Amino acid sequence: MTLTPTAPAGPAPGASVRAALATGARPPAPGSLSTSLTFAWRALLKIRHVPEQLSDVIAVPIIFTLMFTYLFGGALDGSPRAYLQFLLPGTLVMAVLLATVYTGVNLNTDLGKGVFDRFRALPIWRPAPIAGALIGDALRYLLACALVLALGLLLGFRPHGGALGVLLAVALVVVFALALSWVFTLLGLLLRSPNAIMSVAMVVLFPLTLASNILVEPDTMPGWLHTVVDANPVTHLVTTARAAMAGSATAGQITAVLLASAVIAAVFAPLTVRLYNAK
Amino acid sequence: MNSYSDFAVETIGLTKVFGATRAVDGIDLSVPSGLVYGFLGPNGAGKTTTLRMLATLLRPDGGSARVLGHDVVAQADAVRARVGLTGQFASVDEDLTGAENLVLLGRLLGHSSRHARLRAVELLDAFDLADSAGRQVKTYSGGMRRRLDLAASIVVTPELIFLDEPTTGLDPHSRNQVWDIIRTLAWEGTTVLLTTQYLEEADQLAARIAVIDRGTLIAEGTPGELKTSTGRGALQVRLHNPDQRAEAARTLSRVLELPVHLDLDPAQLTTPGADPERATLALAELTRAGLPVATFALGQPSLDEVFLALTGHPTQEEAA
Ligand SMILES: Nc1ncnc2c1ncn2[C@@H]1O[C@H](COP(=O)(O)OP(=O)(O)OP(=O)(O)O)[C@@H](O)[C@H]1O
Ligand SMILES: [Mg+2]
Repeated sequence: MTLTPTAPAGPAPGASVRAALATGARPPAPGSLSTSLTFAWRALLKIRHVPEQLSDVIAVPIIFTLMFTYLFGGALDGSPRAYLQFLLPGTLVMAVLLATVYTGVNLNTDLGKGVFDRFRALPIWRPAPIAGALIGDALRYLLACALVLALGLLLGFRPHGGALGVLLAVALVVVFALALSWVFTLLGLLLRSPNAIMSVAMVVLFPLTLASNILVEPDTMPGWLHTVVDANPVTHLVTTARAAMAGSATAGQITAVLLASAVIAAVFAPLTVRLYNAK
Repeated sequence: MNSYSDFAVETIGLTKVFGATRAVDGIDLSVPSGLVYGFLGPNGAGKTTTLRMLATLLRPDGGSARVLGHDVVAQADAVRARVGLTGQFASVDEDLTGAENLVLLGRLLGHSSRHARLRAVELLDAFDLADSAGRQVKTYSGGMRRRLDLAASIVVTPELIFLDEPTTGLDPHSRNQVWDIIRTLAWEGTTVLLTTQYLEEADQLAARIAVIDRGTLIAEGTPGELKTSTGRGALQVRLHNPDQRAEAARTLSRVLELPVHLDLDPAQLTTPGADPERATLALAELTRAGLPVATFALGQPSLDEVFLALTGHPTQEEAA
C-alpha cells in the first residue's frame, strides 16, 4: 500500500454496476441446439487461441501417409505410388480415429476447471457442453481429412470416384469418428487424468486400427486374425471408404458403416450423458 | 416442518459426506431475502461444499435445501434459472478473452449474438475491464479475474448470488472494489450469500453471519451480536519512548487485570481480550503516570478469538 492516497482507476463502480444490474433482464431460455452451437463456438475460439492443440491433428496424418507409403510401398505393391492408391483411404481413417482421443482429453481437462461449475449451474440443456465439443471435433476431423487428401493428391493418389466419392468417404469417416468419440467422452468422465485417457486410448485404438485392413488386405493373415479383422468395424469403414473413393461403394456397405456408428453411439452416448448428469 | 416463507435460502439438516469426512454435517440455515449474508469459517469448514449444494452442483446426502422457494434436488432447473454463482477458483475460461467469456455466457442464457455482445461491452465498462476486454483471461491479475467473474455472474441479474471467498488473495484496493460491487448488488435487491474466512469482511458487508466449523453451524446472528457474544478484541498501545515499555506493561496489566504481550516493535504492547471501559481507564492511567502514548487501537476480536470463544478450540486446518 502506498502512503499517499491515490485515486482509484476509473469511476467508482457503483453507478455503472447499478445500471448494468438494472438492464440485466433474463431473455427466454435458448433451445438445446442453439446452446450446443454456442459450445461449438467456444471450441473454435479455443482452437484460435491455442492453435497448438491442432498439432496432433496436423502432424499425425502427414507422418502416417508419408511413412507408410514409402516404408511399405515398395515391398507390398511394387511401388509406393501403387500402394498409395490402396493405402490412402486407410491412413485417412487412422488419422481421424486417433484424433478422437482428444475429445475425451479435452472434456477431462475442462471438467477440472472452475468454468465448468458455472456451465453446470446454468439453466441449459445439460449435455450441451459435450454436444458442442463434438461439433467442434467434427471440424478437426474434417481438417485431418483435408490434409491427408491434399498430401495424397500431391503424391499421386487418384480417386476414381471423383469429388463425390471422396466426399462420401469423408462423411462416413467423420460420422464413424463422432460415434467413437462417445467412447472417449465416457473415458473422459471415468478416468482421473488426461494421461490415463491417453494410455487407455492406446490400448483401444491400436488393436482397432492395426487389426484391420488399413495397411494390408487380410488374405495372408492366419485364420483367427482374419476373423478378428473381419469383425472389426474399422475394417468395414475402410473397405467402404476405399470403395467410395474408387466410385464403387454399395448401399449395403454404406448402411453397414452407418449401422456400426449408430450402435456405438447408442451404447456410449447414453452412458456418457447419464454419468455426466450424475456428476 | 417449517414452512418456507420469505427466506431466500432455507436448509434443514443439510448434509454432505465424502468418504469418512462429514464435510457438511446437518446445517439448518435461514437466509432472509434482500441482504448480504456471510458464511464464516476456517479452511475445510464446509463453506464451499454447502454453497455447491445450494447452487445445485452437488447432491446433498441428507436433509433438504430450498433456494428461492425451490428444492435444490427436485427443482434444480428452477434454482439454476434464478441464481448466479462465482466459485472459489476463477469460474471463467482462462483461454478465452474477457469479452468472449461474457458473450459466451450471454448466448448460453438466451441472448442473441448482438445483444450478448452489447451486454458484454456494458459489463466490461461497468467492471473497469474495457481496456483488457480483448486479452486472454490467463493474462489478467487476480483482481481483474475476480471482477470478470462477478460480471459473468450478472450477465442476467440474478435474484440470489453465491460468492465463494470473493476477496481471498486480493490486495486492499481490489478488495475494496469487490466490496463496493457486493454492496451495490445488495442495494439493487439481489440477495448475496458469501463465504469468507475473515470476520472483518463479514462485519463490513454482511447483515447476518453464520459461523461454521467442521461442517456444523456454531453461531448465527448479526455481526454485533456475534462480537458481543464472543467477547473482546485486543488493546494495542504504542509508546513515545520505548524505554518506558516495561513500566507501561506493569501499569496496563494492573488496570486491565490481564497479561500484556511485548510486541516485536520495541515501543508496542498488546493486551488481548481487553474490556473497552477498562481500556479507556488504562490509557488515562498511562498518561497520568507520565508514559505518553503515541498511538493506540482497540481491535475487533479476530476470527481465532471468535472461534476460541465459541468452540473452546482454536481454528484448525481440516478436522485433524
Ligand atoms: N470432492 C471432495 N472429496 C473429498 N473430500 C472433500 C471434497 N470436497 C471437499 N472435501 C472435504 O470436505 C471438507 C470441507 O471442504 P470445503 O471445501 O467445503 O471447505 P471450505 O470451508 O470451503 O474450505 P476453504 O476455506 O479451504 O475453501 C474438507 O475436509 C475437504 O477436504
Ligand atoms: Mg472453500
